[in-house]
Amino acid sequence: MELPVLSPAEPAAKSGCSSSSCGSSNDQMTGLPAHILAKVQDHPCYSEDAHHYFARMHVAVAPACNIQCHYCNRKYDCANESRPGVVSELLTPVQAVKKTIAVAANIPQMSVLGIAGPGDPLANPERTFETFRMLSEQAPDIKLCVSTNGLSLPDCVDELAKHNIDHVTITINCVDPEVGEKIYPWIFWQNRRIKGREAAEILIERQQLGLSMLIERGILVKVNSVMIPGVNDQHLAEVSRVVKSKGAFLHNVMPLISEPEHGTFYGLTGQRGPTQDELNDLQDACSGDMNMMRHCRQCRADAVGLLGEDRGEEFTLDKIENMEIDYAAAMVVRAELRADVIAELESKRAAKAAKQNVVSLVSLSSAPALRPVKMAVATAGGGVINQHFGHAKEFLVYEASAQGVRFLSHRKADQYCAGDTSCGDGESVLGMTIKALEGCEVVLCSKIGFEPWGMLETAGIQPNGEHAMEPIEDAIAAVYAEMQAAGKLLVQPAHQLKSA
Amino acid sequence: MALIINELCVNCFACEPLCPNKAIYEAKPHFLINPDLCTECLGDHDAPQCAEICPIECAIEDEFGDPLNPPGSLTGIPLQMLQAEVEASVRART
Repeated sequence: MELPVLSPAEPAAKSGCSSSSCGSSNDQMTGLPAHILAKVQDHPCYSEDAHHYFARMHVAVAPACNIQCHYCNRKYDCANESRPGVVSELLTPVQAVKKTIAVAANIPQMSVLGIAGPGDPLANPERTFETFRMLSEQAPDIKLCVSTNGLSLPDCVDELAKHNIDHVTITINCVDPEVGEKIYPWIFWQNRRIKGREAAEILIERQQLGLSMLIERGILVKVNSVMIPGVNDQHLAEVSRVVKSKGAFLHNVMPLISEPEHGTFYGLTGQRGPTQDELNDLQDACSGDMNMMRHCRQCRADAVGLLGEDRGEEFTLDKIENMEIDYAAAMVVRAELRADVIAELESKRAAKAAKQNVVSLVSLSSAPALRPVKMAVATAGGGVINQHFGHAKEFLVYEASAQGVRFLSHRKADQYCAGDTSCGDGESVLGMTIKALEGCEVVLCSKIGFEPWGMLETAGIQPNGEHAMEPIEDAIAAVYAEMQAAGKLLVQPAHQLKSA
Repeated sequence: MALIINELCVNCFACEPLCPNKAIYEAKPHFLINPDLCTECLGDHDAPQCAEICPIECAIEDEFGDPLNPPGSLTGIPLQMLQAEVEASVRART
């Protein structure tokens, strides 16, 4: 049996993310109108294709916030944690511009500057817009974007349009105040702190108004939602429908990050995040109506580099102080690189369109009852299986089925926090990695040690080092075919039956 | 009468632009209130603006040292959990 690869194999991804089809619904980009495609083709957070080639950075100029979310702790200063709303150092607008220009000159793939916190950018309008104003003058080749909780958005839409910001992300976790009051304990609105249902009502109304106002002005809107099991998980498909009907073009459902050591309401009260399967199922449920983003890495409010990597350490304030930058020269290099990459992406899109016309090689009628299988892959880039199991900081998870191979998600192996002395929970790294691979039946890597091999097998995950250096999708298709030949695809695996 | 910002302040800047008397200023290690300028917003607002937006419980006190936002009032985290968290952070520091 030969399986079609649902997304085309791409050679040599030059990036922190190495999957060749890493991202959202397979047709995320092909379904977009040309004028939107032109806007997002070099934006790593809006285009799954682009994120292999283009980098982004966030500057932490916006510490103030006008609402409280139960997944956020406003003590935002932490060097170790990798999650939204956390930063190492706050910047003034002047420092932020200096840092942005230093990064843009040294990392020419850096196409996008975002302001994402650590508070709400639009609750810090002076600092946020001062940064945008200086950057649009001094570095006109950098795309500017902003994310917001939406409360102040209607007041800021005209200012955003003035600064030529054509991408805005709004975090919308609900469209129903009954759900909202379980997520937002208070908002600050018209000189008062407002709690409970009323707070949620106002916030939702402002978010929806802001969304419509942005669409009227031709500004692209992505909606982020945090999936909180038992709170809004049943509700997010409705959110997806509503925001799409108002004109949002991409929906990014992210898992709640919630650990007691984060000190958040949800962390301390034991509210769990979704399992990977729950998240994937919800993303699939929403994808019928909406373009879904699946390559989000939930990065910090001061992240620098390609998605999945953070080079912030190279550009601390004391380091950029000593950098000599000729930005005019850098702009020439940046423009050349951008043109090259966009030409490459366009030729790939054309190849992909041609490939989709090829008739599937699988005879579906001959294998109607085959169950899908999830497999994890350790890769250091280039779209091939080329990483040692123990060196993998993240795994790419694919699903193989009779219909082919598709990318599902990234899974971190180092679980958001590297500060073991301050916030470790005593669990071994290996144990956490195996937990992260839950639901996968196979893990493909270049090599693997004796001890993890045994632990993986015990956990019901088959390690496989036989496909080292092979293209990911081809290897997964081969393993799936072997499983079929061995009769393993007609029955549920033992460990899944146990939990069922 | 004047309010006080104490060492729990996380320097988020939220209060500074709201003060009708420009009594709040950035300082190290945290923001401060000039007691000569602070009126606790009397005559300008129904409630002191710094305390209305401050996200950190107990960071703003009145002249008697009483917090305007007592423990649990903003986050909704039950008191016994807050207490356990404080003890854990003390242990981590020692």
